[in-house]
Amino acid sequence: MISTTDIIRGIGEGSTRAIAKALSRVENGSPDSTTILDKLFSRQQGFSIGITGPPGAGKSTLVNRMITRYRSSDNTVGVIAVDPSSPFTGGALLGDRIRMQSHATDPKVFIRSMGSRGHLGGLSGATRDASVILSAAGFSPVLIETVGVGQAEVEVAELADITLLVLVPGLGDDVQSMKAGIMEIGDIIVLNKADRNGIDQLESYVRASLEFMPPHQRKPEVVRTSAVTGGGLEDLWNAINGLVSEQTVKDRKSRSAVKTLDGILKENGIVFSKKLLELEYNGRKAAEELILAGRLSPYAIGKQLLKRAERIFEDHGSK
Amino acid sequence: MDRKIRVLIGKPGLDGHDRGAKYIARALRDAGMEVIYTGIRQTPEAIADAAIQEDVDFVGISLLSGAHNHLFPEVARLLREKDASDIILFGGGVIPEEDIPGLKNAGYSAIFTPGTPADKVVEFINLQMENRQ
Repeated sequence: MISTTDIIRGIGEGSTRAIAKALSRVENGSPDSTTILDKLFSRQQGFSIGITGPPGAGKSTLVNRMITRYRSSDNTVGVIAVDPSSPFTGGALLGDRIRMQSHATDPKVFIRSMGSRGHLGGLSGATRDASVILSAAGFSPVLIETVGVGQAEVEVAELADITLLVLVPGLGDDVQSMKAGIMEIGDIIVLNKADRNGIDQLESYVRASLEFMPPHQRKPEVVRTSAVTGGGLEDLWNAINGLVSEQTVKDRKSRSAVKTLDGILKENGIVFSKKLLELEYNGRKAAEELILAGRLSPYAIGKQLLKRAERIFEDHGSK
Repeated sequence: MDRKIRVLIGKPGLDGHDRGAKYIARALRDAGMEVIYTGIRQTPEAIADAAIQEDVDFVGISLLSGAHNHLFPEVARLLREKDASDIILFGGGVIPEEDIPGLKNAGYSAIFTPGTPADKVVEFINLQMENRQ
């Protein structure tokens, strides 16, 4: 097995294998993943673009077009493509690469498919960490493609510097575009499949909905594209470039950096809770048995663990 | 640690019959694995490079056109060349019995011919993972 030091050094040297191994370590929550991420955090550069929208909207095809465009101006491109994991077996069929395989042998394009692994916000739990690794390895932009989303999976907007919301004709009436959630997170709203019927109506729904936005809020740009034919890609390119230079993106970087702490706190919480379970009940299995036997509710156990933690902190404080 | 078995299913060469590849991909998914399917008409280079970026444990190659004696060893060679010979290879498709020893020599741990139940492939992968640990 490749050592932590070799992984960190390898990433500095641009080794594909080292980057790939680092991504697996963070995905699997290996003990050395925080060491790797700590070393890489300050090496991040460039920016990231989130691409979200319903299943089949053309996100992967659009990402493929964006890779081509960024490569033609000599950017290196990282891609994180998330697809759903089964809630029953944990398995996943990761098929976003199919649309991007023409870039598979380009060493300046790094594509990684990830299963959502039970995470519900449209990404996987390790997507943020994966993005840290790719941008520390020098890839810019890092394109983050979410699973096909519904109305409420807005997490990508907290992570990416710029968010594209990809919509297509035929998914409902004007009230759909007025709903809260996903409709609020796009910095750019991409109306894809512009070669299809219904595109004019979609655009009028979206624009009408934007009319209702409070005046102090920044209105997203609306761009028509056809990812299959390549139509409208230049407009999208210009809209993105307009945003990259803006202060909002810089502010988001700081916000995203701070947000990273949330995930870490949650993970630490799980680690500490496991230790407390061990101390208080001889582990999770025994605690589960107490619940099943009807002797304690899960809430009682939670309360007890917090009490135990407080006692430990108090003892520690008095010394 | 939440370690998942990752498998890339690739279809090199010019035949577009990917029902077998999809069937296996689906079966492995249902067995709890993460399966990356890269689509039809892939070059050996594209398959090997994708396997390394995706950091898979296994690469499964499906081929029905008869070019297996050329394309299968080529994927194996490229993975070795790229310092990724720890990835376990298996193949499937219309492959004559007499070609199987040659492909095993080239680095394929198993070759599955038509009619193999998907469970056999799942079993093979799980066994290889156990041996590895």
